[in-house]
Amino acid sequence: MMSADIQRNIDAVWRIESPRLIAVLTRMLRDVGVAEELTQDVLVTALEHWPRSGVPDNPGAWLMTAAKRRAIDYLRRQKLLERKHAQLGYELESGQEQPAADIEAGMDDEIGDDLLRLMFVACHPVLSTDARVALTLRLLGGLTTGEIARAYLQPEPTIAQRIVRAKRTLADKKVAFEVPRAAELSERLGSVLEVIYLVFNEGYTATTGDDWMRPDLCGEALRLGRVLAGLMPREAEVHGLVALMEIQASRERTRVDAEGRPVLLLEQNRAQWDRLLIRRGLDALERAAKAGPAGPYTLQAMIAACHAQALTVQATDWVRIAQLYETLAQMTPSPVVELNRAVAISRAFGAQSGLDLVDALAAEPALDNYHLLPSVRGDLLSKLGRVDEAREEFQRAAALAGNARERQLLLQRAADCGRKAASS
Amino acid sequence: MRFMVMVRANRDSESGAMPSAQRLAEMGKFNEELVKAGVMLAAAGLRASSMGARVRFSGSKRTVIDGPFAETKELIAGFWLWQVRSLDEAIEWVKRCPNPFDGESEIEIRQVFETEDFG
Repeated sequence: MMSADIQRNIDAVWRIESPRLIAVLTRMLRDVGVAEELTQDVLVTALEHWPRSGVPDNPGAWLMTAAKRRAIDYLRRQKLLERKHAQLGYELESGQEQPAADIEAGMDDEIGDDLLRLMFVACHPVLSTDARVALTLRLLGGLTTGEIARAYLQPEPTIAQRIVRAKRTLADKKVAFEVPRAAELSERLGSVLEVIYLVFNEGYTATTGDDWMRPDLCGEALRLGRVLAGLMPREAEVHGLVALMEIQASRERTRVDAEGRPVLLLEQNRAQWDRLLIRRGLDALERAAKAGPAGPYTLQAMIAACHAQALTVQATDWVRIAQLYETLAQMTPSPVVELNRAVAISRAFGAQSGLDLVDALAAEPALDNYHLLPSVRGDLLSKLGRVDEAREEFQRAAALAGNARERQLLLQRAADCGRKAASS
Repeated sequence: MRFMVMVRANRDSESGAMPSAQRLAEMGKFNEELVKAGVMLAAAGLRASSMGARVRFSGSKRTVIDGPFAETKELIAGFWLWQVRSLDEAIEWVKRCPNPFDGESEIEIRQVFETEDFG
């Protein structure tokens, strides 16, 4: 009796267990592609057996044992067994004699290490950014190719191809299944954090369309970040990224109005910000501070925390925000950070101070097509009463904005300026 | 999606007795698993209802009723807030939870309203 209940139960077990299975098999086989295929075979076996025999009491242990057996069979077929036999055979056999709970307890740290290695492999710099994202969601998120495709509004074969190619690249380049050593670690960790934050932002900024059909990318990124924080508790920037995502996610329900239009940070209803996520973000920031000096994610989280802790817009500590942006700009020089710093300066010291900074940025080629530059400039000009110039800037910003909702908002502001100009 | 996962009270939890060291250790381990999996958002155990109160509303009238409350099985002894991807995933995690009490106990899973539910 293959009831829908069992099917759904197996799906849920699968979501929870598949990253661990893939991680352990990748360590055994040193090939993430084969590891994933064998893991899929185990799923098929479970789908055949469990409806008849019932779901085992400890499905995770059942799957792990079945997966390891497949891996050993595979190694045997590959005649690699001579080299690895002693170690793996012992592990499997001694494992079977213990109660399942003991196996789990004994292997937990080890599986954690394997998961961490898998994250570093999935986010390896030999892969394109798109490939890293797809592979991470597939291997560590347990998302199906179809779900990833829907989330990124791509045809399924495109994503399938991307994943196949990524796995082949990892094999061709003989990418080691390991957590990189000190010298390499910071750069490689940067790639892992970047991938997680890219996933988060994809969910955070894409607010239109068939949202209800898309897997919750923000939630998935947060989950991956929290898992990573558990695996690398001494890395300040991991906690910093988690803090940043928690605090940004706390505003999720106030970021669009009932008509789906974006609501700017300073106009959001702060009473509706999610206090639980803010609390979690502040806790993560504390852990980041204990772990080491603040990096770029931690600094951004500190800025987000300044907003989160201000109960009203008027209570915002703009001087501190401006300082944090300055530190961030020194660490990761970027015109976008400068633009944000200009906004903070204008709030702290007046619109003219901000405008001077923005004007200095106008020549920046990197910002040529960046709609927020004219948008910020328009905002500052309108505050200074220069509404004609402001209107032009808002129109320019609208022409550059990629998101239709945002474009509407900018055109609205241009029209408001036009009205003010006419009535003055 | 988020779920509130609630442990139903029983005579033990209502008596105010503390759980055994072993049960606390088992629960601690389970909680650790939830944190490691990125599932756990919040958790708390609740004191016996004798330490609490109810406010009953009747039209514009409010009446305060002091604990304890009789219908033990309807009371909550503790709760988690989890972020998971489906009700089935929440169910699977609950199945992995150690029995919170000796003998019979019950854990209830309820989905939390999200922003889009009001859209």
